[in-house]
Amino acid sequence: MTSATRPVERPRPSPAILRQGLRVIWTGIRQQKKIFSIAVVGSALWALATVATAWAIGYVVETEVTPAVQSGEVTSGGLWMIFLVLFAVLLVNMTGVVVRRVAASIAGFNLQALYRRRVTRQYLRLPLSWHHAHPSGQLLSNAHADIEAAWQIFNPLPMAIGVIVMLLIGGTQMVLVDPFLALIGFLVFPGLFAANMVFQRFMSPRITKAQQLRAEVAEVAHESFEAGMLVKAMGREQEETDRFGAVTNDLRDSLIQVGRTRGVFEPVIEAIPVLGTLAVLAVGTARVASGDLTAADVVEIAYLFSILAFPVRALGWVLAEIPRSLVGYRRVDSVLQARGSMDYGEGRLPRDGAARARAEQVSYAYAEPAERAVLGADHPAEPVTAPVGPQRAMAIRDVTLEVPAGRTIALVGPTGSGKSTLTSLVLRLMDPDSGTVTMDEIDLRSVRKGEVPEVGTLVAQQTFMFDDPVRDNVTLGEDLPDEVVWEALRTARADGFVSAMPGALDSVIGERGGNLSGGQRQRIALARAIVRRPRLLVLDDATSAVDPAIEQAILGGLRETSDGMTVLVVAYRMATIQLADHIVYLEQGRVVDQGTHEELAARCQGYGDLVNAYAREAAERAAVAADEEKS
Amino acid sequence: MTTTTRPAPDDEHEEERTADSSEIGGSHDLSTWATLRRGLELSPELVRGLWITVLLALFATIGKVLTPFVVQQATDNGILAEGGPDVDFVVTAVLIAAGAIVFTGFAQYVVNVRLFRAAESGLATLRLTAFRHIHDLSVLTQSTERRGALVARVTNDVDTISMFVQFGGIMLLVSTAQMLVATILMVVYSPVLAGVVYVCVIPLVVLISRFQPMLGRAYGAVRVRVGELLGAVSESIVGAVTIRAYGVEGRTEERVDAAIENHRVAAVRAQIRSVIAFVSGQAFGGVTTAIVLVVGTVLAADDRMTLGQLLAFLFLVNLFTQPVQQATEIFNELQNAVAGWRRVIGVIDTPADVSDPGADGVRLPRGPITVEFEDVAFSYPGGDRVLRDVNLTFDPTTRIAVVGETGSGKTTLAKLLTRLMDPSEGRVLIDGVDLRDVAFDSLRRRIVMVPQEGFLFDQSLMENIRFGRPEAADEDIELAMTELGLDAWLSGLPLGLATQVGQRGESLSAGERQLVAIARAYLADPDLLVLDEATSAVDPATEVRIQRALEGLTRGRTSVAIAHRLSTAEAADVVVVVDKGHIVAVGPHHELVGAGGVYTRMHASWSAQQHA
Repeated sequence: MTSATRPVERPRPSPAILRQGLRVIWTGIRQQKKIFSIAVVGSALWALATVATAWAIGYVVETEVTPAVQSGEVTSGGLWMIFLVLFAVLLVNMTGVVVRRVAASIAGFNLQALYRRRVTRQYLRLPLSWHHAHPSGQLLSNAHADIEAAWQIFNPLPMAIGVIVMLLIGGTQMVLVDPFLALIGFLVFPGLFAANMVFQRFMSPRITKAQQLRAEVAEVAHESFEAGMLVKAMGREQEETDRFGAVTNDLRDSLIQVGRTRGVFEPVIEAIPVLGTLAVLAVGTARVASGDLTAADVVEIAYLFSILAFPVRALGWVLAEIPRSLVGYRRVDSVLQARGSMDYGEGRLPRDGAARARAEQVSYAYAEPAERAVLGADHPAEPVTAPVGPQRAMAIRDVTLEVPAGRTIALVGPTGSGKSTLTSLVLRLMDPDSGTVTMDEIDLRSVRKGEVPEVGTLVAQQTFMFDDPVRDNVTLGEDLPDEVVWEALRTARADGFVSAMPGALDSVIGERGGNLSGGQRQRIALARAIVRRPRLLVLDDATSAVDPAIEQAILGGLRETSDGMTVLVVAYRMATIQLADHIVYLEQGRVVDQGTHEELAARCQGYGDLVNAYAREAAERAAVAADEEKS
Repeated sequence: MTTTTRPAPDDEHEEERTADSSEIGGSHDLSTWATLRRGLELSPELVRGLWITVLLALFATIGKVLTPFVVQQATDNGILAEGGPDVDFVVTAVLIAAGAIVFTGFAQYVVNVRLFRAAESGLATLRLTAFRHIHDLSVLTQSTERRGALVARVTNDVDTISMFVQFGGIMLLVSTAQMLVATILMVVYSPVLAGVVYVCVIPLVVLISRFQPMLGRAYGAVRVRVGELLGAVSESIVGAVTIRAYGVEGRTEERVDAAIENHRVAAVRAQIRSVIAFVSGQAFGGVTTAIVLVVGTVLAADDRMTLGQLLAFLFLVNLFTQPVQQATEIFNELQNAVAGWRRVIGVIDTPADVSDPGADGVRLPRGPITVEFEDVAFSYPGGDRVLRDVNLTFDPTTRIAVVGETGSGKTTLAKLLTRLMDPSEGRVLIDGVDLRDVAFDSLRRRIVMVPQEGFLFDQSLMENIRFGRPEAADEDIELAMTELGLDAWLSGLPLGLATQVGQRGESLSAGERQLVAIARAYLADPDLLVLDEATSAVDPATEVRIQRALEGLTRGRTSVAIAHRLSTAEAADVVVVVDKGHIVAVGPHHELVGAGGVYTRMHASWSAQQHA
């Protein structure tokens, strides 16, 4: 049951993590050049001021404090001097810190926002088949946690650059004092580097796993909350909690592993500079004893080392962040690089009169969800449309459908016969694996993006409501006068209950449709379609939750307003079928027969069984009842 | 209520909006301490064995303070020793220091691992508690918050806490200890200067404590924005079909962009406030050093201390101000954590309004079931009555059909019957026991509802059906499908029961999803089966087949079916007609159909459709 037990192939770390990590950082810097430069300037100020603090204390002690103590006399001018020199350095230091921190966080959050926009654009751009292969919860985690992981490194980064400035100053001073001793001190760096290499090697796979598990936790939570009512109705709260518990515990263990690795790395990184100081001390003393160096020189170098030791840890933080940043970036990048989006042309569709739609020899198979991709895997940009194999369900096979302009065509067929798939293809929600779909003889693949929804509108079986007022749920952001909205609601027979709601058009419908019944939601969805006055209206069993009398009224209303409108309707009810000029009967993804109701009823047994099921049932029941009465 | 256009609001406006926005526990406003206390109560792992960790951390800190001391000793008494450098002394000191470092490092490692373990275990518990509680909340409460925002409660909001509980808490303790040690040493060296340091620290304490609530609000705003961000992103993902079908990508983009931008602005704003807090700590450190040097100079000139003592005291000031600065940083992190904690606690402490009586609950034996509605009325919070004066009795083993116009209150009736909601007035009883007194495990076993839009998990058909009875064997499921007459449909799927259904079952059609939902309920084998338009999207032939199979199932059981297709009513023993929230007629089909009421009209219209 748990998605944690699903065999997820986790991406393996490649050796050149540091290099790739630096490349990610560079990518970020390039996109935030200005603000990042400001942060670096701030950081440099801070670095200079930090080095200058030690110098300033030395300076005032030498020029003011010592003479005052020796002479036993203090002047207010001298005291002010002490205070002001130190305060000036402090001000520079504070300015540097403010500029560095503020600019760094702006750069970091700008990058996060930038990549969130890119990723969410991509979600909107990628085809439905891609969405089928990527759980919503994972995408949610990608848009938040992965992007955060990728760019949080920008918080410590400017400081680390400041530390490098400090090291340059300190290093130069050391070399000036004694190159040999400085060289010993510099051995710290290969040490840090080696420790970091070892760390990266262990850390990368662990972080990768943790980030994937984070996404899985979000996935289970998202799915489980969506299923909230079912879970309750079936009393499966405990099972769901167990399922969530399994991934949560995996995440916990994985994060503890990450912590263990960090737990080793941090003390090591902290110890190395201190050990360097000690080495300098020991070697320095020997050199003083052998007369190569003065004691004061060694003290100076040791002192320089001791003030550098703490900031050097900032380098460690950046290094420690690199694996996480890289993993986050890879996962984000795999979404950004995902191919398989729909191609659009430059063509346009006519705007007047009823549309003529045609699907020619189309086939479509859904991707098996087992082909689900893992974000950020080694070969991320796999095309989602895998070859058609026996394991893939062919929803539609070689179907040719003609929807003449201004006519009403009904699609009839048993549950699962491919009707919904066919309607999706007609409006180019998906592209067929083979065959072509045209509108007014224009291949839908050759028209611009956004053109098809302008002309054709779908009312799906399952209504989706936005967390918005009724008005916006109907207009979907288009600027329409309220009369037009009411008119559409009237046609959909939704005006009654909407006007009874406390805020009428301003009543907010929650994401889950709030307190509206299924039928009410369907009627709002119908109004949403009607208000757009499409040239082709596709109703995919869009009145299944509406009761018969109202359905009749709606369809009647549609009929009145549908001059210049072509209607393709998926239907079971006789009343709906009666509206159609022509009926196409589907079974198992193929067109079995088509014609008028009378023709089909006469010659197609499947069709007859389907549409007469209720009548026959009623007749049988009546007969049984009559028998019982007789006996 | 959440609105479509969300301009970046100023602070005052923001708080107003937050307070009245539709989110669970949105008005929850615990103080920092209360939040911490409640947080630790919910995650006892965080403090379990903490004293050992604290001891080790103190040890590690002593080691860290010791090293500069040894270096200083080595310099003063070794290199600068009278009569030339004392190599042996330096080497000894260096070796001691190196040993201390290794030891300290090891202690630090143990501390780190213990902290990580405690933090992650505690947070996992918190996630799980929050997750479970969200499921325990009533359907109504759940629906006040968007899915994405709910997910944030158990993911990002909890993650926000981790930084603080990993290091913050313990660093605060260690810093306090370091401040104490430094204070004692300072007093020993110079009580006057120690007094000066403490006078300097007062403005900082005042400033920081004033600043905390502001910081808390800023971080709180970030959490709200994260929730909104995830809500918007989730909408754009889950609504993919509608968005594409209506070509409203542009509008959706704008909404998501607005949420992204609002989050960015809130995050930067919080960050700037934390920088102000940090810099005031830094200012304290610098100003204190300067003032100590000034006062110290006066004292030393007055011969009340030596120059050496003054310089040594400066070292101590550093030892004191360093942890103070660290503490300001930790307080930032604390407010961030508290902001996340508040949101998680807000959910956990929202009372479950439709709650399990638990151990005190009545457990009813399986068998034929009687249902009674006694003067039941229901209204949604702040809304009109949708159901009133309902008095009904469903006898055991009868088949009941509930009919009525869309929005007449049929689904509400079903939800009251299955205790997805509790009535505003009156009682619903099964076998004479108030539903509110029946233990959930007993209730859910006896009563199962199939909703109109059955939810499917991203798993195989087999696993989805097994959801109805987790202990069912594969053969049971296959048998159920055969009994329901669904083999023909199954054989059309290349992988049969092994077919993966995709997210929310999106690889199947709405009708197919309903078939799965019914199979699930069939497998669950309840005493009372409630079908809410459960076959509305299924083709008539299949529906008739299923209905027959369910009749087999419901023979010996009670069943309540809500339906528009009046074929269901024709087949029922009793028809209940609901109109505008009232029960207007109850009786068998053949009686009602000729009675000339609402039902007569409905049926006439239905028949006309069938034979038109």
